[in-house]
Amino acid sequence: MAVHYLLGNEAIAHGCREAAVDVACGYPGTPSSEVIDSLRMVPDRAYAAEWSVNEKVAFEEALAASWCGLRSICTMKHVGLNVAADPLMTSAYTGTKGGFVILSADDPYAHSSQNEQDSRCYARFARIPCLDPSTLQEAHDMVRDAFSLSEEFSLPVLFRPTTRICHSKSDVTLGDIRVSDRTALFEKDPRQYVVIPAHTRILHKKLNQKQQNLKKRLVEAGYNRFEIKGKTAVVCGGVAASYVREVIGKDVSLAIIGAYPIDEEWLGSFVRQHERVLVVEELAPVIEDIVLQVQGQARIFGKNSGHVPYEGELSPERVATYLTAAGIPASVHYEKPSEPAALPPRSPILCAGCMHRTTMYALKKVFRDGIFPSDIGCYTLGLQLGVVDTTICMGASITIASGMSLAGEKRDIVCTIGDSTFLHTGIQGLMNAVYNGANITVVILDNRITAMTGHQPNPTTGQTATGVQVPAVSLEAVCRACGATFVETADPNDLVTVTALLKEAKSRPGVKVIIARRACVISERRAKVVRVRFAVNHDLCIGCKACVKFGCPAIELHNGLALITDLCSGCGVCAQICPVGAIGREVKE
Amino acid sequence: MSFDVMIVGVGGQGTILTSNIIGEACVLEGIPVRGAETHGMAQRGGSVESQIRIGQEYGPLIVPGTADLLLSFDLMEAVRAFHWLKKGGKIFTSKDFITPTSVFSQDFPAPDESMLLGMLGLDYVALDTLCIAEQAGSTLTQNVVLLGAASPSLPLSGDSLREAIRKTVPQKTIDMNLKAFEMGREAGSSQISAP
Repeated sequence: MAVHYLLGNEAIAHGCREAAVDVACGYPGTPSSEVIDSLRMVPDRAYAAEWSVNEKVAFEEALAASWCGLRSICTMKHVGLNVAADPLMTSAYTGTKGGFVILSADDPYAHSSQNEQDSRCYARFARIPCLDPSTLQEAHDMVRDAFSLSEEFSLPVLFRPTTRICHSKSDVTLGDIRVSDRTALFEKDPRQYVVIPAHTRILHKKLNQKQQNLKKRLVEAGYNRFEIKGKTAVVCGGVAASYVREVIGKDVSLAIIGAYPIDEEWLGSFVRQHERVLVVEELAPVIEDIVLQVQGQARIFGKNSGHVPYEGELSPERVATYLTAAGIPASVHYEKPSEPAALPPRSPILCAGCMHRTTMYALKKVFRDGIFPSDIGCYTLGLQLGVVDTTICMGASITIASGMSLAGEKRDIVCTIGDSTFLHTGIQGLMNAVYNGANITVVILDNRITAMTGHQPNPTTGQTATGVQVPAVSLEAVCRACGATFVETADPNDLVTVTALLKEAKSRPGVKVIIARRACVISERRAKVVRVRFAVNHDLCIGCKACVKFGCPAIELHNGLALITDLCSGCGVCAQICPVGAIGREVKE
Repeated sequence: MSFDVMIVGVGGQGTILTSNIIGEACVLEGIPVRGAETHGMAQRGGSVESQIRIGQEYGPLIVPGTADLLLSFDLMEAVRAFHWLKKGGKIFTSKDFITPTSVFSQDFPAPDESMLLGMLGLDYVALDTLCIAEQAGSTLTQNVVLLGAASPSLPLSGDSLREAIRKTVPQKTIDMNLKAFEMGREAGSSQISAP
């Protein structure tokens, strides 16, 4: 037993090691990524750790490990569970053998996501247990125990931390790390593992029969608990429970839900002893739906009554407001703070020297009237450069492009997609576009790494999650195998060549693929690549702002003239843009 | 009640490392601690914040208008985060700031140093952290300089913070960071005592 100050995801990774996990796989996605990142960095680890190419792949691999009797976890962000939803639904039928945990990290307020979906709804849909921690200590303890819960019921267990669990920090009491003594052995049993109709009908019935015991067990395990104090009460779950505990009045009863499905009988015995009950949970009214089923004479305040929002994240001051509105005492009162000062925004921006900026600059020049479907990655920041017209989900750039082509949109359709996203779910779209005769240009922004989520390696990197050198996948060969005949590769920092290739693509019919390949500037910096910086010759600069409009954070404007700061990474693209040749390599005096 | 510290800056300035030092010091003293951080997309040159609550056993989020202390590695970010501070809360900031790209690319009006200092009210400690960090051995220690300056105002002993620095920073940079901490501590106290 030792106390450490840890990131939530680090505490979760440690919990997995205390449970002697055998196999861990995942696809990076904020806020889930540091779980696998922590596990894969452990030297001499006794378990397998892998970055898979997408969440469905990660899910199925971890499920297979469970079927071989091992303990496994797959990790993803909430929207990744959509990709893995197909095996999820049926794995509830087949069940598991070794403990199998699905970590799906939700992102209320969409800090770093395209939506705010609630993974608890998936657990209800699939009829599997879901654990929803309210603190980091609980996250650590829950994931450690989730493997044996999975084994007890032969069911996958959905573990659902949120951003404020994954990316917050706390003192956490850790236990000892255990090493597995299991060996993989798949015991054939077609009635369990082959879901033909005759088998699956029986498996579905078995799944439904597990539900009552499961509900009771989750109360016995102490995940769902209450304390009765007065005639008013709060029912809450997830990280919102920690906000409630911070601000709740001392004579108010409290029920905390940490696990689903909820035992209705148990919850009803709490709710019906109160006159007013406030339900506090982020996103979907999963707890509230059950509270409303069992309310009796109690008056319920929550999302249905309009007191608690269905969207966004909660906070102590918001919870205090809901308590007051529901006529339930709070222990604190917060004054309205002053308004934030009006300052120039400092939004996230592509790095100085980022290859995506150059490619997107060229796209804008060549396809002035183009439509630009894009995808999920750092390059989504190309929105600021005017070359991101759509994003919906991973891999959808190519399919939205081919769909517009199919619909008959007459303008040039040029989509952008990163290397990792292309391998995740882009390939199918490309194959389909070629097969069905779309007229589109596909630009693969290949920086050889999954950058946005914290630089995880992928099949283009030439290295696995644990640092084993492997042959890098050939994107050119993949694209040609999909049937594309125009497949050209260029260094995006060579603006002349990239522009010429884009013009060539514009003039041709069919599906054209351009691979813009260059290492991410952050990878270069980590590999200690140093380039001479560029500087502006102020005798030549005419203050036309061509370089400033390029949008590189290393270029500033002072007294009407351009100035390059020490953020410069030496890519030299601004020197190619300058119409009067005023930018060149810095000369040390 | 916890002692709530808001640490702000621009991605890459070491807000997370600084909050880690404070968190480690809490663990050394056996005090419960909670922190919240910015990860992912916002790291790319955007405004970043770390919230750290010393002595807190519930959630990681500070309520706006209640923070006890603001630590900022960029003067403009100090102003941006000013509304988090309670009345009479303490401010320790670098006097330098990076002009956001939006000023150049979107023509946002840019305030200068004296305007920014004016927006912080009267009670603040603004240090030339760049100069002090250079003297300590590396500009990368600016965050520890500022932590040193703020350290007498934190409910943690100087020795716990020094031990936490040893446990948190890269091995090779321990001495340099400890020097930066002491220089910051001295610079901070001389500013506070000045009229």
